[in-house]
Amino acid sequence: MKKILAVDDSASMRQMVSFTLKKAGFDVTDAKDGSEALGIAKQGTFDAVISDVNMPVMDGITLIRELRALPEYKFTPMLMLTTESGLDKKTEGKAAGATGWIVKPFNPEQLLAVIKKVIR
Amino acid sequence: MSIDLSQFFEVFFEESFEGLDAMEAELLNLEPGDLDSETINTIFRAAHSIKGGSGTFGFNSVADFTHVLETLLDQIRNGERALETNHVNLLLKAVDCLRAMLGALQSEQEPDLTESNTLKAEFETILNIPHTAEPAESQAVNTKSLDTFQVDFKPLHHLFKTGNEPLYLISELTDLGECSVTSDLSDLPDIHDMQPDECYLAWSFFVETREDENKIKEIFEWVEDDAKIEVTLCGGLFSDEPESEQPVEQEAEVSETTTSAQITPNDEVKEQTVKKPPAKANTESTSIRVGIDKVDSLINMVGELVITQAMLTQLGEGDMNENKQMALKEGLAQLAHNTRDMQESVMRIRMMPISFVFSRFPRLVRDISQKLGKEVELKLIGETTELDKTVMEKISDPMVHLVRNSLDHGLETPEHRLEAGKKEAGIVTLNAFHQGGNIVIEIMDDGNGLNTDKIKSKAIEKGLINENDNLSDDEINELIFMPGFSTADAVSDLSGRGVGMDVVKRNIHALNGSIDVTSERGIGSTFTIRLPLTLAILDGQLVTLGKHTYIIPLISIVESLQLDLKQVNCVGGGVDVLRLRDEYIPILRLFQIFNHTGAIEELDKGLLVIVESDNQKVGLLVDDLLAQQQVVIKSLEANYQKVDGVSGATILGDGRVSLIVDISGLIKLAGLKKAGSQKLAIDNAMFEMS
Amino acid sequence: MEQALQVQNELHSPDSEEENVQQFLTFIMDEEEYGVDILTVQEIRGWEEITAIPNAPEFVKGAINLRGTIVPIIDLRLRFGLTSVKYGPLTVIIVVKVELKVGSKIMGLVVDAVSDVYSIGQQQARDVPDISKSENSEFVHGLVNVGEKMVVLLHLERVLNLLRETESDLLAG
Repeated sequence: MKKILAVDDSASMRQMVSFTLKKAGFDVTDAKDGSEALGIAKQGTFDAVISDVNMPVMDGITLIRELRALPEYKFTPMLMLTTESGLDKKTEGKAAGATGWIVKPFNPEQLLAVIKKVIR
Repeated sequence: MSIDLSQFFEVFFEESFEGLDAMEAELLNLEPGDLDSETINTIFRAAHSIKGGSGTFGFNSVADFTHVLETLLDQIRNGERALETNHVNLLLKAVDCLRAMLGALQSEQEPDLTESNTLKAEFETILNIPHTAEPAESQAVNTKSLDTFQVDFKPLHHLFKTGNEPLYLISELTDLGECSVTSDLSDLPDIHDMQPDECYLAWSFFVETREDENKIKEIFEWVEDDAKIEVTLCGGLFSDEPESEQPVEQEAEVSETTTSAQITPNDEVKEQTVKKPPAKANTESTSIRVGIDKVDSLINMVGELVITQAMLTQLGEGDMNENKQMALKEGLAQLAHNTRDMQESVMRIRMMPISFVFSRFPRLVRDISQKLGKEVELKLIGETTELDKTVMEKISDPMVHLVRNSLDHGLETPEHRLEAGKKEAGIVTLNAFHQGGNIVIEIMDDGNGLNTDKIKSKAIEKGLINENDNLSDDEINELIFMPGFSTADAVSDLSGRGVGMDVVKRNIHALNGSIDVTSERGIGSTFTIRLPLTLAILDGQLVTLGKHTYIIPLISIVESLQLDLKQVNCVGGGVDVLRLRDEYIPILRLFQIFNHTGAIEELDKGLLVIVESDNQKVGLLVDDLLAQQQVVIKSLEANYQKVDGVSGATILGDGRVSLIVDISGLIKLAGLKKAGSQKLAIDNAMFEMS
Repeated sequence: MEQALQVQNELHSPDSEEENVQQFLTFIMDEEEYGVDILTVQEIRGWEEITAIPNAPEFVKGAINLRGTIVPIIDLRLRFGLTSVKYGPLTVIIVVKVELKVGSKIMGLVVDAVSDVYSIGQQQARDVPDISKSENSEFVHGLVNVGEKMVVLLHLERVLNLLRETESDLLAG
């Protein structure tokens, strides 16, 4: 089973994303901010990371940059969740090593449609 | 796959309300000009989360409105715009408005958009963007002609390092329709030069699809900068379906049958997102967030309990001998210990810091003081003091009333304060602390104090007391809690309207709590609320009446004594009164009030339990006192109805039901307090007697 | 026997839909047989010590502990104005759950003895004949013949609801 790390500071989004991915057959671990995610990511390996951008403690872009620097996450797909208003964030995220982005708001179907571009 | 989004609504509402509380608190901390980036970030994040969540869960009105908030906050955060006082005010209004909107949505009503539209317009004025008319959702209608595209996809060497997998992208492409491919190996280096983590392959596809070019570009959207992508339309077939198909939307308006026959995939998605959970009855099902540590400690205790249980089971096997009996006793003691720990631990789960209530006051005080033109400094002490969630929910309104009262009637205007030699800004202090099994909440102001003369004349005017009643200042101050009492000269906008102090007192009593006031002219007043830490457990004194066992809340018991008939007098109305030290205490025969037979009827044969409620002492005649114990309060009303003089029931160690005596209800039931001044009447009768 | 057959027929007859068949638990009081919808019955208990509730109407015998829930006990004989009898080993408490407009309540009914369970088709239940002799007719939901016996089907909501009215009477009086 492919393992996904889902990171969002909003509990409802976290639950929705986890639930959707679990139902689609992934093994999902969640974290509520970048620093928690980084800790979790270092303890195990994940096949993909999905992270919100705006989070307390450590934001999503920093998380992606930190993860990409680790040898075991050199090739791992990492998607960021961003709003339309955060278009410049895409460039920033891209520079940090993000694989792609998912535009908020999204529904479970949209999430699954997008995620299969990087993990199946 | 269909996922019912409504299962996440409750969490969304909960976190949104928390977010709004945080926004409000931080906004109140903001001083224009002195911008702390972490503060503004916290506010921004809260708005951002609400916007994201509401959009995701289909609460578009909230998402729309939050968008303008977010935009403004984003500009401030990025330093593109300076924070002004009117921004803060507007944002605070927006917080209130969002609270109302989310509240409506939570109870499954359509939110009223008048306020949000007004505020939105104000935001848009600040942001200098034209008012957004309702966006006409003109979605590009699929032309549906079958086209052939050539797609050239030549990844740059570093593609893998972005986490992208060309195979999946290609697979997406093949999902669009019939697809053929040729690979381009021209870039492939010599095997010795090949780096395993680089991508050297390139591909050329021909896709036959009814989708348009954008759809194809979307697939490669993430790798635009990491690959050369060219999409060329080579040719196509015209749609085999009639052209008139195109304006689906218009047709849908005309005839409903058409819509139902032609639901597009998009419609389906929408329908699902908006789907609401089945209508809830308006029972409040609230949830608590519990810290992991509390759950962990509970799990540990359950573990211990299981071990103890296993030990006891083992002891129960085979014959009993003296050694085993000793061990059994020990085991039972252990079990009692475990159970008690666990009970405490479970109770702790319901405990939350009072900061949840305190946090609404900075805003309230700010709003009211602005309205009254008074300067107020609010001090919060003991915010981490914990109390039961249910108690907390119910104490909030009475506290708001008291604080309003302090601001409105207690604190003087700045001019008056200066005249009185005080600082211009009045101080209101909320202080919470634990005392015994209670939480004490004090609401203090350094204002003018209660005006005893005015209270007295008002009480006389209202017929609550007699002109020649001889009352101490404290007794006079207590009068403000009587029904129908209000000292505000003019009915002000804030207090003195509708809800009176009597209601505050009643609400606090309903929680088994009490409220007192102390006041000194010119120095200030202090209202002290005492509440049980939890509504679920009570320390009780078991008493007997014939074959009946009742529980008297320990908190109400002053003392218990054997009666000496010489100390008892009978006053008018058949009430026996005990003279105890300097006090005269009416005696209630509990068996009589409860209509039981078989109890001890002679005053000197039973015991008298002196209890106090609402500052009134009465003596309850009972047969005997049994043990004192903690009892779990159960509702009698759940399956029966309210019983006067009884606040609830509990289950004793032997499994029997026992009822808990409600002292203030009992006093009412005994007819001792028909009018508020009855107590005083009795006191006066005493004075005349002695 | 005859009833059993009738029940069988009822269930297997192609014309009757199953929803129309209701099961009733019946009990005896003063030689009359009464029935309550079996779906409302939670359990049947023997007589046990009951804690009196102060100033309750006479027919409210008190409350018992039903696995942690406080459940009021109503003596149906007294409720219906019949002569009370001494509780004996046969006396039982039928614990029922009644759906009310808001929520539901659980209460125990003291009856002389439990009798039987019948399946009764809706069309079998007759409306209450205009029996002016009984002031209890409001508790009666319908009458039904089972074999040669007549069973009175009860309206539990009303049996319970009247508690409140009685209480207010009590306060007024």
